Amino acid sequence: MAKSNALMQLKADATALRLAGLTLPPGATWAQEARQQALGRVTAMGLPHRRDEYWRYTDPATLTVAEAAEAAVLVADESPVFGDIDALQIVFVDGVFDAEASDDLTMTGLEVDRLATATTKDIHWAKDLYGVLEARGQSPVERTLAAFNTAFATDGVVIRATAKVAKPVRLLYLHADPTSDVVLHHVIRVEPGADLTVLEGGPAAARLSKVMEVDVADGGAFHHVRSQGRDHERRAHTHTFARLGAESTFKFFTLTVNGRLTRNECVIELTGNDAIAHVAGACVGDGKDFVHDDTVFITHDAERCESRQVFKKVLRNGATGVFQGKILVKAGAQKTDGYQISQSLLLDDDSQFLAKPELEIYADDVACSHGSTSGAIDDTALFYLRSRGVPAKAATDLLTLAFLAEALEEIEDDRLAEDLRDRLEAWMARRS
Amino acid sequence: MLEIKGLEVKLEEEDKQILKGVDLKVGAGEVHAIMGPNGSGKSTLSYVLSGRGGYEVTGGSATLDGIDLLDMEPEERAASGLFLAFQYPVEIPGVGNMTFLRTAVNAQRKARGEDEMSAADFLKLVRSKAKDLKIDADMLKRPVNVGFSGGEKKRNEILQMAMLEPKMCILDETDSGLDVDAMRLVSDGVNALRSPDRGFLVITHYQRLLDHIKPDVVHIMAAGRIIKTGGPELALEVENNGYAGILEEVA
Repeated sequence: MAKSNALMQLKADATALRLAGLTLPPGATWAQEARQQALGRVTAMGLPHRRDEYWRYTDPATLTVAEAAEAAVLVADESPVFGDIDALQIVFVDGVFDAEASDDLTMTGLEVDRLATATTKDIHWAKDLYGVLEARGQSPVERTLAAFNTAFATDGVVIRATAKVAKPVRLLYLHADPTSDVVLHHVIRVEPGADLTVLEGGPAAARLSKVMEVDVADGGAFHHVRSQGRDHERRAHTHTFARLGAESTFKFFTLTVNGRLTRNECVIELTGNDAIAHVAGACVGDGKDFVHDDTVFITHDAERCESRQVFKKVLRNGATGVFQGKILVKAGAQKTDGYQISQSLLLDDDSQFLAKPELEIYADDVACSHGSTSGAIDDTALFYLRSRGVPAKAATDLLTLAFLAEALEEIEDDRLAEDLRDRLEAWMARRS
Repeated sequence: MLEIKGLEVKLEEEDKQILKGVDLKVGAGEVHAIMGPNGSGKSTLSYVLSGRGGYEVTGGSATLDGIDLLDMEPEERAASGLFLAFQYPVEIPGVGNMTFLRTAVNAQRKARGEDEMSAADFLKLVRSKAKDLKIDADMLKRPVNVGFSGGEKKRNEILQMAMLEPKMCILDETDSGLDVDAMRLVSDGVNALRSPDRGFLVITHYQRLLDHIKPDVVHIMAAGRIIKTGGPELALEVENNGYAGILEEVA
């Protein structure tokens, strides 16, 4: 899409200002090259602006400025999410790897390295992926913040699964410094036939930039469930870039509770036949400062693949929810099965949900459907519950959870779904 | 038990008077039936008593054991012992029937200052009551009324009534949409709940329900008022001659 020269100039100036004084981190030759190329993409595309097509509903200004706004650290009154699940735990505090709090990084069927270590090695498998999937995901929609992340990230994990891994990897992101501005970049490779589950939880920082590049080889399976922290003022923009081989599976669920601004982008390429990609999310937001944005782009570039997007948001007291979801079916991607639903439950008249579902189809034998709804609590159902003695608030909470349940059902592991359901109940219990 | 005096009700949104002075008294242990032509205000009466929004009480009173019903929230009325079996039971996707029942039972107990029922006791109780109504485990597990047949929905209403053990039960056209077998099942469920300290107000169009649930008193309602009260023979008169004769007689 042609942009006006004025906007281009505006973005170029802002980008130059943002990059002034920044230097790329050191590393092995391949890492330096990847960063250099990413920096080139940042300069060429420019940082996002409110007037960009995919940033109309969410103002990126606080994500692109040099200084991250402060975010008070929430003293958690509950145990860390997924804490009861037996997992290999990796802890980052304000984006810095915490060796002491983390488990030993060795497990059968798994190779785990810190990004900081991997990028100093002359030869590393991650070199074929670092910044590569991100770069592929820059067209047709620019995602400059992700390129910025590739250029400047110094920490994260690189994980290679070579078999069915016995227990999940749990990434726990703690937030300790109210001014922390964090860049994390993970690279994950699931080898043919391997099976890996990654859990993520925690607020991470006052401002988090996170990129996860996931390459799932033929017959591989990747399960990803995350919960973004409760800190009220935190901001986060995350990008997940996935490439799926034949007969592979990718299932991803996100719960977002609170935060001031959250933009979760998910870019998936189905490149092998019979691959399956499911992306889902539940979000609860309270207050006029709350903005939550799910931006999803799924490209079908092989036959008989299935993609599914299920997003539900509960918004109250002037909160804003955004959904931009696209299914692109390329020529030749016959027998594609694409599904997308985005729904919001608006608990008052001040909240808003902005949805932009898109389908672009170049194959002639496909089944694609999409839907989007916004609604209030059903008065009839509410009265029915109250007439049985359930107080108004409890009845509203029950109906709210019921609304979100459809998204939570996308999580295959019941223990994880149950943990997230409990957190949603607690969230509602805290609001009278 | 239930005492309604000169109850006048209009629609909140428009200037339309529905109830124009209803007087009714249901004593403990009694079963009263209300019959009447469409639009006479029968369902409105049940909704106003249970606290549904959209209505404005412009006069009169309604009390349960001397306590003003109209001043309470719907959930408070329920906890005080009022129960409405809906003409059209509501489907609630995402809320399991069992969860719904347990939440309701415990909410009422809590409101009355009683201890919550333990999970084990609840399960035992619900299973035995469900069995009487031929409600299987699958219906208990499914979301409330979702995918239920008309008969299943009505049985589910009676199950709720059996679990909540209200003092005063209002049945709003519980016979609508029921075949003969389902009607018997539902009626048996209701009759099993008849007791000296429980009152029933059965709203129906047809005599046939009253063959199963035998009323002590029958009221005929028309144009927002009770126009005639009598014994069970009044229902037979309606069945045989329709409302025309009664309406003329009163006019």
